[in-house]
Amino acid sequence: MLSRVAASLYWMGRYLERAENIARLLDVNIQLLIDFGSIDDQGVKEHWVPVLRSVGDEEVFFQHYAKADSASVTEFMTFHRQNPNSVFSCVCAARENARQVRDQISFEMWEVLNEVYLFLQASDAQKVWRDGPGAFYDQVKRYSHLFQGLTDATFSRTEGWDFLQFGKYLERADKTTRILDVKYHILLPRATDVGGAIDTAQWQAVLRSTSALEAYRRFYVTEILPKKVAEFLVLSDSFPRSLRYCLAALNDSLGRIGTGQEGGLDGPERSAAGVEFRQLCDELARLSIDDVIARGLHEFLEMAQAVIGRLASHVYETYMHHPPVDMASEIRFHQQEQQQQQQQRS
Amino acid sequence: MLFDDYATDSFFDEMFSADGTVRPHYRVVADGLNGMEGVEYQQKQEAVEMAFMRGGVTFTVYNDTQGTERIFPFDCVPRVISAEEWEVVERGLIQRITALNLFLHDIYHDQKILKDRVIPAAHVLSAKHFRREFMHFQVPKDIYVHICGTDLIRDHAGRYLVLEDNLRCPSGASYMLENRAAIKRAFPEILRQAGVRPVDDYAQALLSAMQHVAPAGYQGKDHPNVVLLTPGVFNSAYFEHAFLARQMGIPIVEGRDLVVRDFAVYMRTTAGLVPVDVIYRRIDDDFLDPSVFRADSLLGVPGLVNAARAGNVTLANSIGTGVADDKLIYYYVSKMIKYYLGEDAILDSVDTYLASEAKDRTYILENLEKLVVKSANEAGGYGMLMGPWASAAEIEEFRTQIVANPRNFIAQPPISLSRHPTWVGEGGGFEGRHIDLRPYILYGDKISVNPGGLTRVALRKGSLVVNSSQGGGSKDTWVLRQPAGPPTAPSV
Repeated sequence: MLSRVAASLYWMGRYLERAENIARLLDVNIQLLIDFGSIDDQGVKEHWVPVLRSVGDEEVFFQHYAKADSASVTEFMTFHRQNPNSVFSCVCAARENARQVRDQISFEMWEVLNEVYLFLQASDAQKVWRDGPGAFYDQVKRYSHLFQGLTDATFSRTEGWDFLQFGKYLERADKTTRILDVKYHILLPRATDVGGAIDTAQWQAVLRSTSALEAYRRFYVTEILPKKVAEFLVLSDSFPRSLRYCLAALNDSLGRIGTGQEGGLDGPERSAAGVEFRQLCDELARLSIDDVIARGLHEFLEMAQAVIGRLASHVYETYMHHPPVDMASEIRFHQQEQQQQQQQRS
Repeated sequence: MLFDDYATDSFFDEMFSADGTVRPHYRVVADGLNGMEGVEYQQKQEAVEMAFMRGGVTFTVYNDTQGTERIFPFDCVPRVISAEEWEVVERGLIQRITALNLFLHDIYHDQKILKDRVIPAAHVLSAKHFRREFMHFQVPKDIYVHICGTDLIRDHAGRYLVLEDNLRCPSGASYMLENRAAIKRAFPEILRQAGVRPVDDYAQALLSAMQHVAPAGYQGKDHPNVVLLTPGVFNSAYFEHAFLARQMGIPIVEGRDLVVRDFAVYMRTTAGLVPVDVIYRRIDDDFLDPSVFRADSLLGVPGLVNAARAGNVTLANSIGTGVADDKLIYYYVSKMIKYYLGEDAILDSVDTYLASEAKDRTYILENLEKLVVKSANEAGGYGMLMGPWASAAEIEEFRTQIVANPRNFIAQPPISLSRHPTWVGEGGGFEGRHIDLRPYILYGDKISVNPGGLTRVALRKGSLVVNSSQGGGSKDTWVLRQPAGPPTAPSV
């Protein structure tokens, strides 16, 4: 498979997953504010800034807006064109990558990406969003789910599949750890809130932001406890958005990328990034949540993100990215070759 | 009834004879559409446009920072060609491509046609797209033109005429295929009743033609590695490139995906370098290889021409075919047919005056306001003077240019293109609009003409310009299986 194609499939998977995660995050947090009833401007700000931080866009946001409130943050994260992580930008990027590999994906996959793009591009998209953000974000999530279902049903399990899955699970692991990290970070210092109604609502929001609320309830059959939420999202081996599950899926793709072809490159598992990644997978299978908390949940999540990041760079640089050729020297080289040929002939 | 107010005016109308009767081969279409309400037809038209938008059957509009994409306007009334008419068109096209291919081989080898003074040598050697670098170059199986998209028009008497040959990178075949798919959804019953020949095997035939010219051996693989070379996603025809690659199941590559080593072409993959055998290139000669042609081209692949010369990769179409697209050479195609095949041309060309010939030039300069003047190497409706519709200033500008550079101009009488009923919206119903026809011809183990093609329609009232860049749209083209029955009584 062309490296450029592999890269497009990878980014397509990543961006659509990102769009879905952001849509869910916004949806959950808008609803959460409704539950809180009346809170002052400062409270609203304290609510939204961590959301911005969880997607890593706090700085970009304040370049464009003076005040963080529901309208400005959701507008920024949904439609803002200068925000590369807005739902709109992510969908455009996913679709643009799909357009570059139209020949490689099924018509059904392309059609869904094109439809969600047209949905967001439509002149009344902002109105639909203002009239009912819930319905709006639901629609975005549905498109993402439709895409995943159609991919599952129509896309061959060849190399392309592995790059697509690799992008998707990488993004998912990143988002789950960030969402968990931010909430853990802001909640613990305020000892008074721990265990209160707001706290439960916040942890419930964490679960809903990762589509995990119902799965959590079925698994634990108990109330929402911060430690168990962390355990579920970090260590569950069955929930498809937990860190451990995402890493297992990445590991699975990794085993197939770059192998089985004559003259092919080495598989990524032999690289330094691959080795430390495998160690992290092993650790997640071995550790208990108490071990993780003892090491500091925040530190642990940060370490995991760094390991995943290094693996992503390694796989990207090795299999998907060819540095562009230096045209000038390439032209000189072939012109010399031609001259030599002509001299031999004459 | 939808056709009640339809007027053919004084034009040759594809569907209606001058007396208002439906031509026999249009009977099924006319009856089917006439039984429909305006609002019902409008819904069908909108459903088709929506499907194109959803499927991304679009082209990119240049100079638009928003990256706007538009659908290629489509008119649902199909253009129908009878089996008898098609038989002649098909024979004529095969004859023409055979001769043009022989001509290309000849001028890049012995140049007999020039030595025998059938065509003045200067005309060929001065042609912008004549590639001196390509002399004595052996192309596999002596095929230069693997894909051709000839533009045909019909004049006031319904006579088919060749307008242009398009031997370089003709586009539009994807729209032919998408148009048929759209009509299958909109008018399945009319399509079935009419007995229309399918067009769907175009992609398979194209792939076979590519595989036919693969270099021998292709490194011991089961099948040659055929790729489609595109300028990239920002090219206005990118949809078509992706579409055809997908239909053929071959990789679509950009210049930056390819590299030449030891006179062989490789693509850069996740498993390292993989050899390429045949390139269906959708990039013009000038941009193909910056080490031979334009050095500023960022789209091409340095060393590609060398690899082709070494016989390690085949380019389709071959390099240098553009010389036969020169409008000056067009004038000589009938003579070529006579010279190489000993036959009279089956399809006529448009009467053409050459500004390079003293006698013709005098005539052209004296009659500029009555003629259509064309630059020898422009396409897409550009570089043209439509005398009867031009301002005095435009005419004078062309006069100056013709005198300064006569080699670069030809002139033709304006042709009153045939018209076809075309939907102009619920308020207006059907009105006549001018059309042309681009069939697609493939040269593989034999020459075959796809039974259909792209009918382009000038959507602006009175306009003769069918190009998509200038307000043109397209129609599905139906070639009928069976000869039609006797004419019916007027139904209008």
